[in-house]
Amino acid sequence: MIQEMTVPFAPTTHCYGGSLAAQLLWLIPAAPVVASGINALLKQPKRRTAATLAIGSLACSLLLSLFAFGHVFAGWAVGETVRETVNLTWFQFGSTSVDLGWVLDPLSAVMLVMVSLVGLLIFIYSTGYMKNDENYTRFFCFLSLFAGAMLGVVIANSLLLLFMCWEIVGLTSYLLIGFWYQKPAAAAAAKKAFITTRVGDVFFLLGIVWLFAQTGTLLFYNNGAGSMEAGALSGLLAQPAALGLTAAGAIGLLIFAGAAGKSGQFPLHVWLPDAMEGPTPVSALIHAATMVAAGVYLVARVYPLMQAGALAGGSTTALTVITWVGAFTAVFAALIAVAQNDIKRILAYSTVSQLGYMMAGLGMGGVAVGMFHLITHAFFKALLFMGAGSVIHGCHEEQDIRKMGGLRAQMRVTFLTYAIGMLALCGFPLLFSGFWSKDGILEAAQHWSVAKAPFYMLVFGALLTAFYMTRQVSYVFFGQSRSAQHAHESPRVMTVPLGILAFFAIALGAIGTPAWPWFRAFLDGRVAGFDWQGFAEPGLIGLMGISTLVVVLGLGLGWMLYGDKSPAPEEPDALESAVPMVWRLLRDRVYLDELYGATVIAFYAGWARVSDWLDRRVWGGAVAAVAAMTGFGARLNRFLDTNVVDGVFDKGCEEMGVGGGLLARAQSGRVQSYLRMLALAVIALAAILIWSSRP
Amino acid sequence: MSFVFYILATLTLAGALAAVMLKNTVHCALALTVAFAGLALLFLNLDAQFAGFAQILVYIGAVAILVVFAILLTKGSETPKDGVFSRTWLAGLAIAAAVFAVLGWAVLNSAWALPHETAVPEVTVKQIGDALVGRYVLPLEIVAVLLTAAMIGAVIVAMHEKERTK
Amino acid sequence: MSPLAGFLIVAALLFSIGLAGALTRRNAILVLIGIELMLNAANLNLIAFWRYGPHPEALTGMMFAIFSIAVAAAEAAVGLGLVIQIHRHAHTTDIDAMNRMKG
Repeated sequence: MIQEMTVPFAPTTHCYGGSLAAQLLWLIPAAPVVASGINALLKQPKRRTAATLAIGSLACSLLLSLFAFGHVFAGWAVGETVRETVNLTWFQFGSTSVDLGWVLDPLSAVMLVMVSLVGLLIFIYSTGYMKNDENYTRFFCFLSLFAGAMLGVVIANSLLLLFMCWEIVGLTSYLLIGFWYQKPAAAAAAKKAFITTRVGDVFFLLGIVWLFAQTGTLLFYNNGAGSMEAGALSGLLAQPAALGLTAAGAIGLLIFAGAAGKSGQFPLHVWLPDAMEGPTPVSALIHAATMVAAGVYLVARVYPLMQAGALAGGSTTALTVITWVGAFTAVFAALIAVAQNDIKRILAYSTVSQLGYMMAGLGMGGVAVGMFHLITHAFFKALLFMGAGSVIHGCHEEQDIRKMGGLRAQMRVTFLTYAIGMLALCGFPLLFSGFWSKDGILEAAQHWSVAKAPFYMLVFGALLTAFYMTRQVSYVFFGQSRSAQHAHESPRVMTVPLGILAFFAIALGAIGTPAWPWFRAFLDGRVAGFDWQGFAEPGLIGLMGISTLVVVLGLGLGWMLYGDKSPAPEEPDALESAVPMVWRLLRDRVYLDELYGATVIAFYAGWARVSDWLDRRVWGGAVAAVAAMTGFGARLNRFLDTNVVDGVFDKGCEEMGVGGGLLARAQSGRVQSYLRMLALAVIALAAILIWSSRP
Repeated sequence: MSFVFYILATLTLAGALAAVMLKNTVHCALALTVAFAGLALLFLNLDAQFAGFAQILVYIGAVAILVVFAILLTKGSETPKDGVFSRTWLAGLAIAAAVFAVLGWAVLNSAWALPHETAVPEVTVKQIGDALVGRYVLPLEIVAVLLTAAMIGAVIVAMHEKERTK
Repeated sequence: MSPLAGFLIVAALLFSIGLAGALTRRNAILVLIGIELMLNAANLNLIAFWRYGPHPEALTGMMFAIFSIAVAAAEAAVGLGLVIQIHRHAHTTDIDAMNRMKG
């Protein structure tokens, strides 16, 4: 199963999308978005319409995804690697242009099918889960918007379009986590999720801008001119950045920061457990299968950039960082999951841990390794969450596992499907898909050239995974019932999707076994045949043995400590009695939230106060000063107007009156004075005439 | 300039001065008559006999009498208490002096252009009559109308209004 | 000085005396007397110019003077009639008291 670390996706044909599938690809995200828009205009009582629109649109997307997948598969079957892009220019300034576009290649094809299939099943499940909620229509509106945005992320050929859909995905996550916004815990959790992912997105945006500045394009593939293609990559490699990195490495790390935020890698993982405040279908869809997988998908998409400059068999700085972060997160989250008591929180930390696995797999083994685990994880984690939702629903909204128990008999279908999911997650050998996908990662870790530590960390993580899942299943399904009420099985609309997902949790393993590495071959564009010789790779049987041993050890330890026992809720946990200090540290999530609160948040709160002071005193003062000056100016104006202008005018009129009075005295009414004036005038005229007629 | 001219001029001017300066109005009217007479004699000196006699007849015979009648009818013989001259008599005198100054200046400046001796014109009354009804017939008729109008007007103006004030 | 100049000076003097009387005396009748003197001065002027000017046979000066005498007579009649009427109203001939046209 070792593959050479060559640059994948060397296209052989069809770089520009001409097929019908490529042309229609934009409909896949468009349909749910349109359904969401229509749902937004509906009134709350119209539940059936809302659900029908949402499910119908996503079903259309699923059909189109299958059609696109079929097109790619057909190409693969005849030996061509299909990568079809449709690019549009959004706007131009000067000689540079900003383009959007979508791409149809094996990676996007499998992701499309996974997202739409899991999404559709969860939509159907939600009609049962949210039946008694009064905001049913709003729920489906947001769900459809999310589905459309996520599908947009999958098909995006332009980093800009991906980022836009990425942000919409974040927005809908916020809306859905805070769906029950009347609960202060839910509102706070939504805010936390948005802000934490925002921190990652800032670095992501920096990476996008840098990439655009460096290569002049944001398209991934564009007939050789795209940023993931050889020309741009060699340019990026030649450009040095800080700290001994090239531009390629630095941009790769920045983009990984965005992925780390969305995919809950340490230290940006703190939002994922709190996101369990949202309804369980939301947890299943967004925080298990799809949105958190978007980060992993992003890294897979820009893999040529991450991998640029690697020598054969070697690694780059970006990939090394990704691996270490992923491995650390895997172990860290698994440790915390051991000490949690909320059924969904255990699964949340489990998701964080598995995302760490995926990142480590990408870093060490390449796109196919990481993506395979993503696909299998999507199915069994969604299954687990939906099963947990079924349990919560059946236990009348109880979420503390210490208050459950003995549900094996009361909720049979749920137990059966949950058990399948749990075994897949643990990586129970051979039968379950999780085994094959996790083994792919472990194998890549075993052969990693940089260090061996990640391998040991990931093996330890597998042990912990088996342990805490056994603990959870024992508490919930085994032992005596610790709740006062009787639990009832969920309706068929909820259990049928569980069954379908359970089927896939088993069946998907088949496409990733060493004997028939179809998935890997499909993504890499190579031929894959069924060959038992695949198992004959050196070290492979040994590795399978190690992982089997680890799983059995974990299951055994868990059963031994928790098994059929039913401790009362007040009693301390078995481990707690053994190592109380460690237990408390893990249960309180290593006090990471408190640390953030004391440092980052306090820092920002301080700055917020400073800004407020500035705004009120300084800028407000300036505005008030301007207002005062204007008032003063107005009063001065009035004063001038009344006293100077009017005064002058009035005085002038007065004087004119006085003058007129003076002049009127000439009209004395006495004839003699008139006569005198006449005589004077005559003298004057005569003088003038005589003077002017002198020779 | 002949001796007669000086005598006549002095007479006329004295009469005129007396006419404007005497306090008693009747005395003024009589002095006016003397002035008219002096003027008539001056006309005779200027060989304008018809004008001289017309002056005597009209001015002395009619206008002076009119003035005396008016004085008597308006109790003008009584001397007013606060003087016969107006309070600002000096201004009037100055203006009159200015007028004389201008006229005298005009005359003296053109004295070189004035003729000295000319022939005595032979004017007969027949010539005057011919001129009146020949060349000056229009002014004659108009003066006739004017005199009629003035006569009627004077009568109306001076008529007693006793009947109208009821 | 030519005889004509002498007559003109006399006429000017007569005119000024008449004007002085019209401008300074308070009695309305004396104003009219002044006016008569002024008219007479003008007549003297006319006759003097007729006598010493060219073409005395055209009789222009004499005619002018005769018509002037006639008009002066008519004017004196009307004027004195007015004075009499004013005296009847205001019981005075003091023209300083007749200032109802005062502005």
